[in-house]
Amino acid sequence: MIHKQAFSDPARERRIFARRLIFSMFAMLLMGLLIISRYFDLQINQFQDFATDSDNNRVHVRPAPPTRGIIYDRNGEIIADNRPTSNLAIIRERAGDLDQLITKISSLITLSDDDIKRFYTRLKRQKPFEPTPLKFNLTEKEQAILAVNQHILEGSKISATLTRFYPKRDLFTHVVGYVGRINERESNTIDDIAYSGTDSIGKTGIEKFYEDSLLGQVGSDQVETNARGRVMRVLDKVSPTPGSDLQLHLDSQLQQVAYEAFSGGRGALVAIEIETGGVLAMVSAPSYDANSFVSGISQKDYDALLNSPDKPMFNRSLRGQYPPGSTIKPLFGLIGLQSRSITTSTTIEDPGYFLMEGIERPWRDHNSERGGHGKGVDLAMAIVESCDVFFYTMGVKIGIDTLATSSQVFGLGKKTDIDLPGERPGIMPSRIWKKQARGASWFIGDTINVSIGQGFMLTTPLQLAVMTARIASRGNLIQPQIVKAIDGVKNPALKVAERPNISDEYWDYIHDSMRDVVHSTKGTARGINKHLTYTMAGKTGTAQVISINANEEYDRSKISERQWDHALFVAFAPVENPKIAIAIIVENGEHGSSVAAPIAKTVIDAYFKSTAPKNNNQTLASTKVSYSKSSGGDDADAKQ
Amino acid sequence: MRNNDFVRRIKSPGGDRKKSGSTHIDFPLLILLLALCVFGLLVLYSAGGQDLSYIKRQATFMVVGFCLMFVVAQFEVRYWEKWAFVFYSLGLLLLFAVLLFGVGAKGAQRWLDIGFTRLQPAEFMKVGVPLMLAAYLSNRFIPPTLKHTSWAMAMILLPAVLIVRQPDLGTALLVFFSGFLTLFLAGLGLRYLILTFLTSIAAVPIMWNFVLLDYQKQRILTLLSPEQDKLGSGWNIVQSKTAIGSGGLNGKGWTEGTQSQLNFLPESHTDFIIAVLGEEFGLIGILTLLTLYALVIARCSFIALNAQSQFGRLLAGSLGLIFFIYVFVNMGMVSGILPVVGAPLPMISYGGTAILTLFIGFGLLMAISTEPNRMRKVL
Repeated sequence: MIHKQAFSDPARERRIFARRLIFSMFAMLLMGLLIISRYFDLQINQFQDFATDSDNNRVHVRPAPPTRGIIYDRNGEIIADNRPTSNLAIIRERAGDLDQLITKISSLITLSDDDIKRFYTRLKRQKPFEPTPLKFNLTEKEQAILAVNQHILEGSKISATLTRFYPKRDLFTHVVGYVGRINERESNTIDDIAYSGTDSIGKTGIEKFYEDSLLGQVGSDQVETNARGRVMRVLDKVSPTPGSDLQLHLDSQLQQVAYEAFSGGRGALVAIEIETGGVLAMVSAPSYDANSFVSGISQKDYDALLNSPDKPMFNRSLRGQYPPGSTIKPLFGLIGLQSRSITTSTTIEDPGYFLMEGIERPWRDHNSERGGHGKGVDLAMAIVESCDVFFYTMGVKIGIDTLATSSQVFGLGKKTDIDLPGERPGIMPSRIWKKQARGASWFIGDTINVSIGQGFMLTTPLQLAVMTARIASRGNLIQPQIVKAIDGVKNPALKVAERPNISDEYWDYIHDSMRDVVHSTKGTARGINKHLTYTMAGKTGTAQVISINANEEYDRSKISERQWDHALFVAFAPVENPKIAIAIIVENGEHGSSVAAPIAKTVIDAYFKSTAPKNNNQTLASTKVSYSKSSGGDDADAKQ
Repeated sequence: MRNNDFVRRIKSPGGDRKKSGSTHIDFPLLILLLALCVFGLLVLYSAGGQDLSYIKRQATFMVVGFCLMFVVAQFEVRYWEKWAFVFYSLGLLLLFAVLLFGVGAKGAQRWLDIGFTRLQPAEFMKVGVPLMLAAYLSNRFIPPTLKHTSWAMAMILLPAVLIVRQPDLGTALLVFFSGFLTLFLAGLGLRYLILTFLTSIAAVPIMWNFVLLDYQKQRILTLLSPEQDKLGSGWNIVQSKTAIGSGGLNGKGWTEGTQSQLNFLPESHTDFIIAVLGEEFGLIGILTLLTLYALVIARCSFIALNAQSQFGRLLAGSLGLIFFIYVFVNMGMVSGILPVVGAPLPMISYGGTAILTLFIGFGLLMAISTEPNRMRKVL
């Protein structure tokens, strides 16, 4: 085929060329067929597989977060809802130089260092095409400024989102709580699917306890995304189910009255509707604005709350554990009667102190400086005038074992199981408790201390309110509850087992004694009975903050205000047909009679004022005539 | 065959040839090229995300390309033969210039910035090398002797090595092929073919260890198992196969291809544009394009077989063949049967220099097709 040839032979050259070209054309044909078969294989044989792959590539399911349930008070007033707010966000992908953009923005509107710091923290967790919030809750002015300057703020975006809002600000913070951004610890425990698209979670209070109901059910958008995950269009939608709306037993107006009654002081109040166990008001003062936590609180503000000597973040009504002091006396009296340690005719002599055989140190009565209550002190008088010596004597007789077990039935020493997180159980001391907690044996002196609600004994204001409600309802095991209905369906109460078996005679006796605390001329809370349009049963109390030597007198001038005694008051009304039970503690208020009791009057007045028109066929209506606004604490003090 | 040649000779210098001689335009080729350009712009519009700026630039290059083609076609073939060495040398100079002053991206230095636009000199060598070789070999013995073959190989390898240095292995291989095909058409002896084949095989380990860069090795490994690294270097090929496969017989419709419109497909307007076509126009679109290509190549072969001079024959033949090689390499690479090398799809992929080079090539083909019959000069 190949020959050496010296001279050009055009014919032969053409022939060689033609042969080579035709060979090449065959080769091209074969290679062309290879290409065609390859594309045929991909597009015809494997079409289904690749069509599926292609859809998987582009179609994604994007969560559609539900709207959080709204919280109403018992009268339908909104306590927590969701408001559209304008937030400023930055889309990193479109922003160019971030620092420069932020500098430009901060020259237009105020940006705190905290805003910027938290922006960078959030930025790390987000994809470049997702807007990262820089500032929440823009004012209308800020929105206008940003809108006008939009052309120089490439990459920034004002977007509207639903943000939790608490119109009552600080009024319900300790009960209703607040939502906040999901933190790292929470994100490890929550169901990722249920929370996809949601960035807030209930942090405290009702918001936390009823999180599952309030959250709602996440929906989904089937969306087409590009290779970088940006959504191009929505293909299909499953709408989210909004969270359930909650109706609370709480009464906004009552809560307002109760909160204001503390007039800036420290303390707690719990009011319970006896018929249902529903909590009408629950105050822990001072409080703070729940809204400040929703979009994240600045470190400075948080530190201020945390380090305030008034401890505004501490939920006193639920977690504050105080010695109940004399407020425990009606209950212990009842236990004494029921256990037959005393009778209604048992009397003692009170010289102003109590001596226990074999113990040198005397137990003082609170009015020892006036020489005690004298001779012939019976249980009624001991309650009305709050005689400690009677209870020392009776306490020794009853014994700690009976005191402890019987008290538990009234909710002391254990959690009430209210529908709120973080409740503290208090302490109802017993032999076993002391052995376990202190590693020591029980002494008779311990019993004597407990018998007037001091010593090891601790209760929360909620427990005292529950105890009072149970006494008021003659042993009905009232279960405190905040949420009345979920989406209009009655919130089922927890079942409570045993009910104390106490004869009516004793209930009447105790109720009468407690009524006399308020209504008799010698009652410790007589200061509030003026202008009372209903009958009220109550009991004052004082809780020692520091222990005082037996031979020393309590002298307020010698100790700082923070160590003054706490003032307590428990009450229910009306005595004949109890509707409301209340427990109040005023920290360092010193006297239950002059500080705590007037608050009770204010709140109960307000309660009957609001319910009276609804119950106008009952006794209340007839006594309504001489109602006048509460005189408050000053007036009561003046009467002392 | 002799007889055929004779018949053609009688026919070709006929009257119609002289008529077209005045304008030097090959109308069948012109119509095919216009069809390809329109098709190409259509696909590019979709592939570039409906961005008109791509279309404007590409169309500008096409218009310039057509003008260049007409200009090139008007020169008689013998001038091109005479000036081949000059163009080749100029091309080499540009390649040196790229190595010295080139600009580029992703670690490669492939472009020369000439102010208003960027040029990729390596593309020009796809025509420059066959031009040079055709000129060189047509004046030598056919089939070429060892000495001439060696010189020819040197002429091929010099630019190829310069292009590998950029580095641009794909273009280097195509330049090598364009020269080698000229040699083949010139009747390169069977033993040289076998020798080249064996040398190529022997060169594989050397290339692998000393010439190929890591990313180039990666691309070859990726070809063998693209699913190994779906998000890394396998991404391109997995996505392009998905795009093509999901197009099915009829395609998803123009600008409706989700793979390309949603940016899953990388380089969708340049090297991987066939995947856009496959996705949006389906197998029917692919076959339509292949038919157009086949007709272009058939026309090139026809021109080559009817060329009046050895130079014209060799040049036309190798330009036609290399055109096919472009198509084959690109379509093979995008569909995952060849490694990913930088090889655009002729007339369709976005890229100015490639378009201009193709039109220069077609200008030469038109010059050859209208070459007047003259006495061959004899060595």
